[in-house]
Amino acid sequence: MSLAAPKLPATRRRRLQMPVSVMIGLAVVVLMLAVALLAPWIAPTDPTNVASFDLMSAELPPAFMPDGDPAHWLGTDNQGRDLFSAILYGMRVSIAIGGGAVLVAASLGVVLGLLAGYFGGWVDIVIMRVGDVILSLPTILLALLVSGIARAVFPEAGTAQWAPVILIGAIAIHEWVQYARTVRAATMVEASKDYVRAARVIGLPPLHIMVRHILPNVMSPVMVIATINLAAAVLTEATLSFLGVGMPPTYPSLGTLIRIGNEFVFSGIWWIAVFPAVTLVVLVLAVNVVGDWLRDRFNPKLKGR
Amino acid sequence: MIASIGSRLGQAVLVMLAVTAIAFVMFRYVGDPVAMMSREDASPAEKAELRASLGLDRPAIVQYGEFLGRTLKGDLGISFRNQRPVVDLLAERLPATLELVIVATILSLAVGVPVGVYCALKPDGALTRAIQTISLVGISMPTFVTGIGLILIFAVTLRWLPSFGRGDVVQIGGWSTGFLTRSGWASLLLPSITLALYQLTLIMRLVRAEMIDVLSSDYIRFAKARGLPPRYINFRLALRNALMPVVTVTGLQIGSLIAFAIVTETVFQWPGMGLLFIQAVSFADVPVMAAYLLFVGFLFVVINMVVDLTYTLIDPRLRTRRA
Amino acid sequence: MKSAALSITDLTVDYPLADGSVITAVSGVNLEVAPGEIHALVGESGAGKTTIGNALMGLLQAPGRVAKGRIEIGGKPVDIRTGRTEGIVQGKDVGAIFQDPMTSLNPLFTVESQLGETMRHHLGLSRAEARQRSLELLRAVGIPEPERRLKSYPHQLSGGQRQRVVIAAALCCDPKLIIADEPTTALDVSVQAQILKLIRGLADERGVGILLVTHNMGVVAEVADRVTIMLKGQVVESGPVAQVLGAPQHPYAKALIGAVPRVDVKLPRLPVPAQESPGTAAAREQVRARMGGGDEAKAGVLSVDNLVVEYGTRGGLFGGGSRVFRAVKGVSFTVEPGEIFGLVGESGCGKTTVANTIAGLAKPTSGSVTLGGLPIGAKQGGLARKVLQMVFQDPYSALNPRLRVATAIAEPIAFYHLAATKVEAAEDAALLLEAVGLDRAAGARFPHAFSGGQRQRIAIARALAPRPRFLVCDEPTSSLDVSVQAQILNLLKDLRDLAGLSILFISHDLAVVRQMCDRIAVMKSGEIVEQAPTEELFAAPSHPYTRELLSLVPSLDKIAREPAPLGGAVG
Repeated sequence: MSLAAPKLPATRRRRLQMPVSVMIGLAVVVLMLAVALLAPWIAPTDPTNVASFDLMSAELPPAFMPDGDPAHWLGTDNQGRDLFSAILYGMRVSIAIGGGAVLVAASLGVVLGLLAGYFGGWVDIVIMRVGDVILSLPTILLALLVSGIARAVFPEAGTAQWAPVILIGAIAIHEWVQYARTVRAATMVEASKDYVRAARVIGLPPLHIMVRHILPNVMSPVMVIATINLAAAVLTEATLSFLGVGMPPTYPSLGTLIRIGNEFVFSGIWWIAVFPAVTLVVLVLAVNVVGDWLRDRFNPKLKGR
Repeated sequence: MIASIGSRLGQAVLVMLAVTAIAFVMFRYVGDPVAMMSREDASPAEKAELRASLGLDRPAIVQYGEFLGRTLKGDLGISFRNQRPVVDLLAERLPATLELVIVATILSLAVGVPVGVYCALKPDGALTRAIQTISLVGISMPTFVTGIGLILIFAVTLRWLPSFGRGDVVQIGGWSTGFLTRSGWASLLLPSITLALYQLTLIMRLVRAEMIDVLSSDYIRFAKARGLPPRYINFRLALRNALMPVVTVTGLQIGSLIAFAIVTETVFQWPGMGLLFIQAVSFADVPVMAAYLLFVGFLFVVINMVVDLTYTLIDPRLRTRRA
Repeated sequence: MKSAALSITDLTVDYPLADGSVITAVSGVNLEVAPGEIHALVGESGAGKTTIGNALMGLLQAPGRVAKGRIEIGGKPVDIRTGRTEGIVQGKDVGAIFQDPMTSLNPLFTVESQLGETMRHHLGLSRAEARQRSLELLRAVGIPEPERRLKSYPHQLSGGQRQRVVIAAALCCDPKLIIADEPTTALDVSVQAQILKLIRGLADERGVGILLVTHNMGVVAEVADRVTIMLKGQVVESGPVAQVLGAPQHPYAKALIGAVPRVDVKLPRLPVPAQESPGTAAAREQVRARMGGGDEAKAGVLSVDNLVVEYGTRGGLFGGGSRVFRAVKGVSFTVEPGEIFGLVGESGCGKTTVANTIAGLAKPTSGSVTLGGLPIGAKQGGLARKVLQMVFQDPYSALNPRLRVATAIAEPIAFYHLAATKVEAAEDAALLLEAVGLDRAAGARFPHAFSGGQRQRIAIARALAPRPRFLVCDEPTSSLDVSVQAQILNLLKDLRDLAGLSILFISHDLAVVRQMCDRIAVMKSGEIVEQAPTEELFAAPSHPYTRELLSLVPSLDKIAREPAPLGGAVG
């Protein structure tokens, strides 16, 4: 207590002070979200419509290269699919799956974390032990297993219709633990604070205390983790699709596009892999820039992850 | 301390039981082993016979018990795809993966720790900002993109380094090593950098955060108030406190490196366990998938135990709690 | 003539802000510490006393800086611009003692290593010489078995022992000056007394000048030679302890010293101005009317009967060997309606566990708590939880930061249907705010807009909201500044008189207990060792432990005080 410098009113001013890099990051995130949302209206062609493919114009280089076609300014892939359109739609798929996974994981994790932290005892032990076992397997391995098993049991799992559901499940099954752990720890801290003890002395029921008193006070780390996790989830989805157990080529995500492009890298046809890869990295980087700032800004204790 | 080791062992057993249970469920219920192992034109009678000979008609718990027994004896079944014992397949591929992971770990520690310390000591320096920016790009780059990028630059464009395989390997006993040949090292370079990059940024950011935390602690302030030289405070005192959590994270990282090796091995066609696993996934070769899971789970548990033991050795608070 | 251990002239410390404005934490301070003298620097939080200590140790936190002034240590000037010292070495010429001995030592290094490193750096001693001298130092600061303790890690030492090690480390190069920042605040009364004695001894025997930063007037009266009182970064009064504490001149100093609860005599009210809002008197009348009504008005005697509370330390899922800790070992007492009953003891004596158990926050292992013969909060045949409410120690954690003050107070009113409509509940909340001396408009704001004392008032208003008959106060003022403490204590007394509340008052501070309570029980290691009416207990303590506690309390009583006047400007 006595070691602290005098309380400076600077904290409130800093809240508004956003570094240029973060503003750019935020702008990029918003732009990409908008583009993803509006892809059907922006994209020149529909990359999921096989009829629009033209094998005659397959593997065309980008428009700025000597053999480029102005109609396909980022070139075409091996099927003659317009790469720009494919990337717009791919981004849409990547963000939807990443966002879905974050939503599922966060909801599950917050509820379980609150229960574990507030009640303790065997509720806590069971939830946290299950979490420990899940965390003892790396995300990517668990996700591969889930989608691998899903494919073996359920032949439809690889189709455009079911793959997103499987992917969201495969990613969320690992990620909820992180929310649950954070919320559990925060809940334990809050539950030992006097305002929660006062609510118990007043005689308020546990559910009321958890929802009305504790939940609002543990949500800020959840928002920070969710942002950082969105980046991670998009990466995991891309990795799974790259490995061939994610979105099918008929309805590609960015990862699928890179997987397709990877086969042509050695023959000098670099654009099929490079443009989707750059898009992916820019998207994830922008989210990370914002997430990193949020973490430092709102929760200096949540570092190092 | 004995009790804490006991509790750790108990937890490890629990994790292993969970992992074997998943592996067993995969083995037994994912796909039909009979359909996989019998000829396509086999009669129902033949299939029933095979089912009985495999013990698949008995209660699940008995089968699980037998599965555990076979696993402990090292019998992990036969690959559906190439009809060879899974254990042999894993053993063949193990050296390639381990060599890759070890080099990547050393690389990420050797670079990550000093850079992290530097960033913590000079929080406002221009170099620190540059490093911070690069590190953010680093954690935003998926492993396979890094790999493809490196291949494009160093293998396709510059033609300096090979883009796939292990190069020449030397057999020492049952172990095939790429450490003894020039082409082995050349082949190892790009994959190990690819694999190390993500972990490197993680370790660097962790070291930086821990170091900043420790530097603002009361005991470091007290050391400053005693007039000890900054170099001594930073490197003899603070670094030691800051590195404690790094031990844990590095341990866990080795585990996730093995998993991430799946991606790296796919990009570089590196003949390790990860490539074996991803091929198994695409062919629904369940015994190989299950065995890989078992092996990685086991490795994880062992590493966790080693980390915990190391911790009790280096942290006096744990070492002497019950003394 | 020997030069002063410390001489500060016209010291000003600034904290420049990002927008160009400047906060002046310390301005124009002059101070001198002679060799062998203990100079106390006192003031309430925000007075700038710790900033001065940090400036002397070169530990000002960015962006703080010494704007002007001159500092000399042992006659040698400190370069205030760089914070560097010309010929003065931190640790060699100036030693430091921090507040919390639990965090001042590095957990990964042995006592020997942490003592020795300083001497090897400053005095160039060899490992063996440093070890020899470390042993001598540990003996000098009174640590038993110094040979064994050299090899110990900090976590193996008690809080008092750690503070002794910290003092030894500060001493190891024979500094001319030691800066002690709240060195006993984190310690129990009995340990505090020993550490103060040790510090006094250092000044007398070694001739070290000591700058003692503290908020505790009792500590000042006990050990210091001279005292400087600060207010908002400036010195308001300075001089020999007997003179300043006995007959303060400055109005703030008078009020500050007047607000210190006295152990020697019980006053009807603490002499500080009451903080009231315009509607307070009227609001209190209405609150009295509301709390007096209803069937539960006569809640009767609180009876705690042979209470035992045990904590099990679980050994983990596979750890086995769970151990049981008995925090409360058969405690019995009763609190009459309208009585304030005090429970005192050192940390770890079980007094807080008793409070938690009575409030229903902990489960008794055996024994019972009844109010008017009925259990509280039982499913059937008991009294509703609301009859007994609690006021906590830390006003900063006692309020939900995300709830508006009025909402927090209205919550129990709505929950127990004590008001017919939301509007009426809000009106009740506003009345309660006025009754505790705040403005009714305060309800629209969030807790962060309030100071510690105001928050404690809000917490008291919330505790009154469900119209309880009994209030448990667990160290309600120990984290507040002394003038605020006096106001809160007066408020609690007023409320008792107003609504006929019974209060269980828990504290470690004997002076506070004497001012507040009608009867007192003294706890030690989970048991009540003595129970008596307040005046009786202070006049003729019967148990040796009570006598020991009373003798150890650092207090102002050694200094003849003029009867403090009511009124005066307390910041």
